[in-house]
Amino acid sequence: MIAQLTKSERQLALIILLVLTICGLAMAIAGRQDPLGVHGAIVMLAGIAGIFGVIYVYYEPEPDEARLALYYDDPTKLAIILAMIWAVIGMFIGDWVAWQLVFPNLTFDAGWSSFGRIRPAHTSAVIFGFGGNGLIGTSLYVLQRTSRARLPDQISPWFVLLGYNLFCLLAATGYLMGVTQSKEYAEPEWYADLLLEIVWVVYFVIYMRTLARRKEPHIYVANWYYMAFILVVAILHTVNNLAMPVSFGHAKSYSAFSGVQDAMTQWWYGHNAVAFFLTSGFLGMMYYYLPVRAGRPIYSYRMSIISFWGITFMYMWVGSHHLHYTALPQWVQTLGMTFSLMLLIPSWGSAGNALLTLNGAWYKVRDDATLRFMMVAAVFYGLTTFEGSFMAIRSVNSLSHYTDWTVGHVHAGALGWVAMITFGSIYASVPWLWKRERMYSPALVEWHFWLAVAGLFTYVFAMWNSGIIQGLMWRTYNSSGTLSYSFIETVIAMKPYYVARAVGGFFFFAGAVIGLYNIVMTIRTAGQPADERAADRPVAQPAGVPALQPGE
Amino acid sequence: MEHEATVWFAKSFGLFYLIAMSVGVVVYAYWPKNKTSFDFAAQSILDPSVEDKPYEAKRWQ
Repeated sequence: MIAQLTKSERQLALIILLVLTICGLAMAIAGRQDPLGVHGAIVMLAGIAGIFGVIYVYYEPEPDEARLALYYDDPTKLAIILAMIWAVIGMFIGDWVAWQLVFPNLTFDAGWSSFGRIRPAHTSAVIFGFGGNGLIGTSLYVLQRTSRARLPDQISPWFVLLGYNLFCLLAATGYLMGVTQSKEYAEPEWYADLLLEIVWVVYFVIYMRTLARRKEPHIYVANWYYMAFILVVAILHTVNNLAMPVSFGHAKSYSAFSGVQDAMTQWWYGHNAVAFFLTSGFLGMMYYYLPVRAGRPIYSYRMSIISFWGITFMYMWVGSHHLHYTALPQWVQTLGMTFSLMLLIPSWGSAGNALLTLNGAWYKVRDDATLRFMMVAAVFYGLTTFEGSFMAIRSVNSLSHYTDWTVGHVHAGALGWVAMITFGSIYASVPWLWKRERMYSPALVEWHFWLAVAGLFTYVFAMWNSGIIQGLMWRTYNSSGTLSYSFIETVIAMKPYYVARAVGGFFFFAGAVIGLYNIVMTIRTAGQPADERAADRPVAQPAGVPALQPGE
Repeated sequence: MEHEATVWFAKSFGLFYLIAMSVGVVVYAYWPKNKTSFDFAAQSILDPSVEDKPYEAKRWQ
C-alpha cells in the first residue's frame, strides 16, 4: 500500500513521521514517570515503525500514471479492517464490563481492570475505534463515487486514518493507566485532543478538496451528512476540550469551564456527539449504501434534504435534556426538551425514507442479509429516536434518568442503528473494494445477522426491564413517607437482568468475530471471479421501464 | 453580556432565525424547478452504465 505513494509523497511521509517521532520523544522526556511519558513512548514507537515502513519501500519504482484514472481505495480498505478489529476489541471489553456488574470479582484485583477504567475503554473502542474507522472508510468511498473524482492526494487520507487510530490507541491505553478528563465520551487528555484536532481539520480539507474536483453538478445528500459530521465534531471537540494542562510534562489538565457551565458544555458536546458522530455520519452511510444495495433510488430526495437541515438545526439545542432537575436554569432545560421533541420530525423523516425506499424490494430484504442489516438499522433508528425524544420529556426523565433505561436506550441506538448500518455497509463494500464476486461465506453473514439481532433484543429488553424497575424502586415510598427500598436492594433486583444483558452482549460480540473472520477470508480467497462493480449489485431496473416513483 | 440580556436574545432572535431557516429549507426542497436536479441526484448513484472510476473527459486524439 505504501508503494502506491509517489517519491515526493514518500518524502513527505518521512517528514511527518519524523516530526511525530520527535513529538513522542519530547513527550517521553518531559513526561518521565507520568503517564504522559508512556504515551510519548507509544507515539515515538508509532513514528519509528512508520519510518521503517516507508524506508522499506522507498526505492521501489514509483506507481504509474494509470492509478490516477482509478479511485483511491487503499485507505478505505485499511479503515474497514481496523473498524472490524476495534469492534471485536471494544465488544469484548464491553461484555467483560457487563459480566463485572454480575460478578464484581472479574476485575481480578487490578487497578487497570476496574469498572471505571475499562468502561470508557469499551465506549471509546466501539464508538471511536469501530464507528469512527467505519465512518472514515465509508466516507472516503462514498465521497469519491458520488463526486466521480479521485481523492486529491495520497498522503492526507493516510494521515487522517493512521493519526486517528493513534488517537484511539492513546485514548484506550490512557484509560487503563487512569488518564481521563472525566468528561463522558471526551475522556482523552489535552495532548491526545490536540492530535485529533489536527487530524480532523485535515479530514475536512480532504472533503472540501475532493468536492471542489467533483464532476457531478449536485452534491449527493450522503456527502452533506458526512460533512456535517466532520464539521460539527470539529467544533464540539474544540470547545469542550478547552483546558489548561498542569504542565507540559503532565497528562492532567483542568477544563476552562466550571460548575453548571461545565456541565452544559459537556452535554452540549455529549449529545451532539450522539447527533453528529453517531447519527449524521451514519445517515450518510445509509443514504448511499441502502439505495445502492436495494437498487432503488431514495424514496424522497426532498425529504432527505429537509431531514438533513432539520437535524443540523435542532440537534444543537437538545443537550440540556441531560441536565433536567439540576442547577441549569429551568428554561434551558425546557428548551432542550422541546427541541428533543421537534427532532422527531427529521429523525422519522430519515427512518421513514429508508423504509419506504425498501417498498417494492422486500424480497431482496428477505434474501439478502446485508440489506437486512440496513433495514434493521433503519427500524432501530426510528425506534431509538422516538424513545430518545420521549425520555427527554422532564417527567419521563425523572423516572428514566440515572437508571439502566438510559443504558438500554443508548444500546438500542448503538447496536441497533449504528452497528447494524455499519455492518451492512461493510458487507456491501468489501466485495466491491477487493473485486470479489461476493463475501467469502453468505451463510456466515446470516449467522452474524441473527446473532446480532438476538443479542440486540436480549440486551435492550433486559435493560428496559431493569431500568424501569430500578426507577420505580428508587421512588417507592412507604406509608410513613420514607423510601421503601435501600439502594442495595435495587442492585440485587438488577442481577438477573445484568446476566441477560451480558449474554446478549456476548451474542453481539460473537457476531462481530464471525464478521471479521468472513471479511478476512473474503480478502484472502483469491481466484474468485473479479467483480465489475455492477456484478455484486442487485438486479438493475429493466431498461425502458422507469423506476416506480412515489407521488411527489 | 449579562444573563438577562442573553436570555432575551436567545428567546427572541433565536426563535425567529430558526423559523426563517426552516422555512427557507422547505421552500428550497419544494421549489418545483429543483425537482429535476434532485431526481437526477437520486438516480446518479444507481446508474449501471457508470464505471467505478473517476470521470475522465475524452482526450483529443
